[in-house]
Amino acid sequence: MGVLEILFMLFKVFVVGGAICTLAQLLINYTKITAGRILVYFLLSGVLLQAVGLYQYVVDFAGAGATVPISGFGYLLAKGAIEGAKEGLFKAITGGITAAGMGIASAIVFGYIFALIFKSRSKKN
Amino acid sequence: MKNSQNFINQNYLTYVHYNSPKTKEKRSLLRAFWVGGVICCIGQGFRYLLEFGLGLKGDELSGFVSMIMIFLGSLLTGLGVYDRIGKYAGGGSIVPITGFANSVVSPAMEFKTEGYIYGLAAKMFVIAGPIIVFGVASSVLVGLIYFVGYLIF
Repeated sequence: MGVLEILFMLFKVFVVGGAICTLAQLLINYTKITAGRILVYFLLSGVLLQAVGLYQYVVDFAGAGATVPISGFGYLLAKGAIEGAKEGLFKAITGGITAAGMGIASAIVFGYIFALIFKSRSKKN
Repeated sequence: MKNSQNFINQNYLTYVHYNSPKTKEKRSLLRAFWVGGVICCIGQGFRYLLEFGLGLKGDELSGFVSMIMIFLGSLLTGLGVYDRIGKYAGGGSIVPITGFANSVVSPAMEFKTEGYIYGLAAKMFVIAGPIIVFGVASSVLVGLIYFVGYLIF
């Protein structure tokens, strides 16, 4: 893989990732949807888009630009469930959470550790 | 005197109304765009690093990349840096997976004074909880639909 290819890929990552975040900012600016709800809606749209097989194209095109936003987490869940469904009922149910297992486990472990170590700064601001 | 003051106030208010919100909103869109893009590029950078450096592939590769991003998100939240990024970037810091980590650590730190079980551990999921609930539930639904689909077709 050449340097030019990598730079072009990073450009695509930047544009697609930035566009997804800008969409969230548009919702923040022009609607009264709270940040927590926006995260849920983006996650569900990732699940839905992958359930109909579309989000894979965005991931193939933009790599981390599509997988790093929370919609990529939804994509991962749906992808795991769809792949699991080929192997039977058990994996159809566990497939999603297995695929997202790394994200959930690290969020819980690192979340607990860092919340334990650091003190809240919100009162100083 | 009072009239002219009113006039100036009126002028000022219309000026504020027509100028300040729009430019502020446009600026916030630009900020969300570039910060979100940069965070995704950092993720892609780690992807290349693990792919070419350690030879990871597929699910393993994307799993460790999200682990690193969540690690960085939690650490920066603990250090108080992520909240500053959030004030600047808005949606650009909320939507990436680092924002998910931020939504776990931030309330957990806040409620640490209420204890390590019902304070810290419970409040970790104030925002992340709904994401996990809807994410897992919808993935089970998708899995079941595809399972039935594979049975029929």
